[in-house]
Amino acid sequence: MKNSESKQNLIASLLAILIGLLIGFIVILIANPSQAFRAMGIMLSGGFYKGLRSTGQVLYSAIPIMMTGLSVAFAFKCGNFNIGTTGQYTVGGFVALFLANTLYQTVPDSLLWIICLIAAGLAGALWALIPGILKAYRNVNIVISGIMFNYIGMYLVIEGVKAFIYDSAGARSQTSKIAVPKMGLNHIFPGSDVNGGIIIAIALCVVAYIILNKTTFGYELKACGYNPEASRYAGMSEKKIVILSMVISGFFSGIGGGLVYIGGTGRAFTTAEVTLPEGFNGIPVALLGMNSPLGCILAALFVSYINVGGNYMQACNIPVEIIDVISAVIIYFSSFALMIRLYLQNREKKKHKKEVAVEGGQE
Amino acid sequence: MSYAIEMLNITKEFPGIKANDNVTLQVEQGEIHALLGENGAGKSTLMSILFGLYQPDEGQIKINGEPVEINDPNDANKYNIGMVHQHFKLVHNFTVLENIILGIEETKHTFIQKDTARKKVVELSEKYKLNVDPDALISDITVGMQQRVEILKMLFRDNNVLIFDEPTAVLTPQEIEELMLIMKDLVKEGKSIIFITHKLNEIKAVANRCTILRKGKYIDTVDVASTPVEKLSELMVGRKVNFIVEKDEPKLGDTVLEVKDLCYKPAHSSKNVLNNVSFDVRRGEIVCIAGIDGNGQTELVYALSGLIKHNSGQILLNGEDLSHDSIRSRTLKGIAHIPEDRHKHGLVLDYNLAENFILKDYFDPKYQNKGFIKFDKMYETANQLIDKYDVRSGEGAKSITRGMSGGNQQKAIIAREVESNSDLLIAVQPTRGLDVGAIEFIHKQLVKQRDDNKAVLLVSLELDEVMNVSDRILVMYEGEIVANLDPKQIDEKELGLYMSGSKRGEGYEK
Repeated sequence: MKNSESKQNLIASLLAILIGLLIGFIVILIANPSQAFRAMGIMLSGGFYKGLRSTGQVLYSAIPIMMTGLSVAFAFKCGNFNIGTTGQYTVGGFVALFLANTLYQTVPDSLLWIICLIAAGLAGALWALIPGILKAYRNVNIVISGIMFNYIGMYLVIEGVKAFIYDSAGARSQTSKIAVPKMGLNHIFPGSDVNGGIIIAIALCVVAYIILNKTTFGYELKACGYNPEASRYAGMSEKKIVILSMVISGFFSGIGGGLVYIGGTGRAFTTAEVTLPEGFNGIPVALLGMNSPLGCILAALFVSYINVGGNYMQACNIPVEIIDVISAVIIYFSSFALMIRLYLQNREKKKHKKEVAVEGGQE
Repeated sequence: MSYAIEMLNITKEFPGIKANDNVTLQVEQGEIHALLGENGAGKSTLMSILFGLYQPDEGQIKINGEPVEINDPNDANKYNIGMVHQHFKLVHNFTVLENIILGIEETKHTFIQKDTARKKVVELSEKYKLNVDPDALISDITVGMQQRVEILKMLFRDNNVLIFDEPTAVLTPQEIEELMLIMKDLVKEGKSIIFITHKLNEIKAVANRCTILRKGKYIDTVDVASTPVEKLSELMVGRKVNFIVEKDEPKLGDTVLEVKDLCYKPAHSSKNVLNNVSFDVRRGEIVCIAGIDGNGQTELVYALSGLIKHNSGQILLNGEDLSHDSIRSRTLKGIAHIPEDRHKHGLVLDYNLAENFILKDYFDPKYQNKGFIKFDKMYETANQLIDKYDVRSGEGAKSITRGMSGGNQQKAIIAREVESNSDLLIAVQPTRGLDVGAIEFIHKQLVKQRDDNKAVLLVSLELDEVMNVSDRILVMYEGEIVANLDPKQIDEKELGLYMSGSKRGEGYEK
């Protein structure tokens, strides 16, 4: 069962991607018929368009969405839709940046980036803790409190930027004075922005996988997600499980923010009142990854690959806005994986019905 | 003789196994024909073939003597075959009428026309004394009423052959009686009924003839009136079934559970659901809480197991007050609980069998080390329990429990709870919906617990079970214990008087 399930998941994801690409191609055809094939080719080969440099870019831009995707997936395993990832990501990023620039040269760089990341994770965890507590003790819907905390986080960060790390020349925050180490990746992917963040992100996905599938906490968490009544009957504390799963989920988002804002690529907070897209982009990543932590690794790489490839399409005179539409269409349709899996499951069920009847005969 | 439905020499083979092996079912016009068999004897496969969900490999289906081919459910509909499924197919926020016309609604300028349909529904409802209000919402009516809506759906479609798939499993005793009357009325009007069940007394009550299947094979078709129940069960199970639960005199030990003046009032209720409930259960006895459904039994068990907090009174286990203990701590101190609703509480249906076996002790060092689950240990235990309790499933310990039959799901829960080796075993309707073979097995387990010097508290709605299994009967009525009886001293009739509140036992006077 488990095996056929994961096989089904894979088939569903691949099918969804194929459908996404097909529809994306139709949009390209409409945008620029004469160069459609060339443009599609560029997009598809995007991760290798400029050799290893492009591949490095794919890895780099996968970092934030891998973390927010993991965050969404993790909370979902417990039955909660953590749509507050954006807030957790933003708060995490701000805390990392703030600490990096405040403690710069008081703490050695080699230690500081680790402190910043952990603090970012904790900040994200705190931002998820409150909706978690509200859910556990007051049954407040996590979607609603999550969205509210997105805004609270965004405005607080804007105020924080203005108060502590404002760069008046650029009308935005300062950029980080330290950077996550490259961990040798700059030698493999010369010229790209990739850094050790991708290794950390993948490692955290693996950690999440182990928590979910190998530990008693993961056992509790999934039981609570599948059947909260039964887990209560079995003596598990739903409150504890809900809160902890949200905290861990928020921790992942927060780390994602930290990895980006001290990533050494000059990212800064603007003071515009806009919630950051990386958080929401975690949702399609989680969906495409079938809410599995390992699936999130592949899904994030895929989404990032499409985005990087899309950027190169400008060579075919396709405007950036249209490129965004095309990438969005592909990713959007690719998230239909869940729907396709349901379809496959229904088919399987019909087959299974027969099998049940078979067993019946056997007894 | 004319048969409404004939399924002749049906064989249906799935890879490696025959689900139906040369099965013949002949249903006369105007009879109630019971289809009897254990869980998984091939009843569902046979009905799926009749309904067009599967094609038979061999054999023939005749309707009114004419050979027909039923390729899909639409064909079945065409031949006026209808089915009441065990789990109703109703839209809960639609009205009765809307549900009945669903799929065949008449429209005029894209607006639904309900008037003619309503007239027909009301007529049918009156004709068969169904008493259904066409404008009530499904979510507002009782399960028994919902079933009548399903029956009306078939009648509205002018079905002549009505298949009832275990229709009584969800009904209260009164509703069952009413259903039986309705079924008799239906055949009087010339309808034919195929009645799938494994409850023998119901077959005795309504069926004319009975076809028995066992392990996919056709066993016999018998005349119900002239066949004793014992014979029917023997045909079904393939061996003699002991209806009398064999047990020795109880050897009473210390008091395990003592309940003192327990009261419970739900948050928004003005009335106590549990009112000064006091009783005790000692080692070596099975105490049965009898009563009509909804008289506080569910709440009593929830309060004992910790699923709800009682308002006042004490729950003592081996002399220790557990009133403020968590569910987990009560489990660890010695309360095992076979829950009333095995899907809601008993199992995590998306977990496999092995994962469900450790649901209550996954945190025990036996199954975990520093927070990591010992999967080899888990599967080892699972395989032992599967053998010991004869839990059958497709893929052994790795079977997802959702796909298992009800009887085997229940066996899994019983295995887990009995093996927890707790001082007190609370079993709530442990045999609901199961066939006689499984019931016999479960009763044996309860008696074995008792003989192992454990205390057993059984909550049951089935009078047979109450009378046969228990050593002592406590009758619950409107949240109170109204009698403490010895099953050897009373008969079912008298027990009924206590259950309906018309009599109170000695020491329980108002």
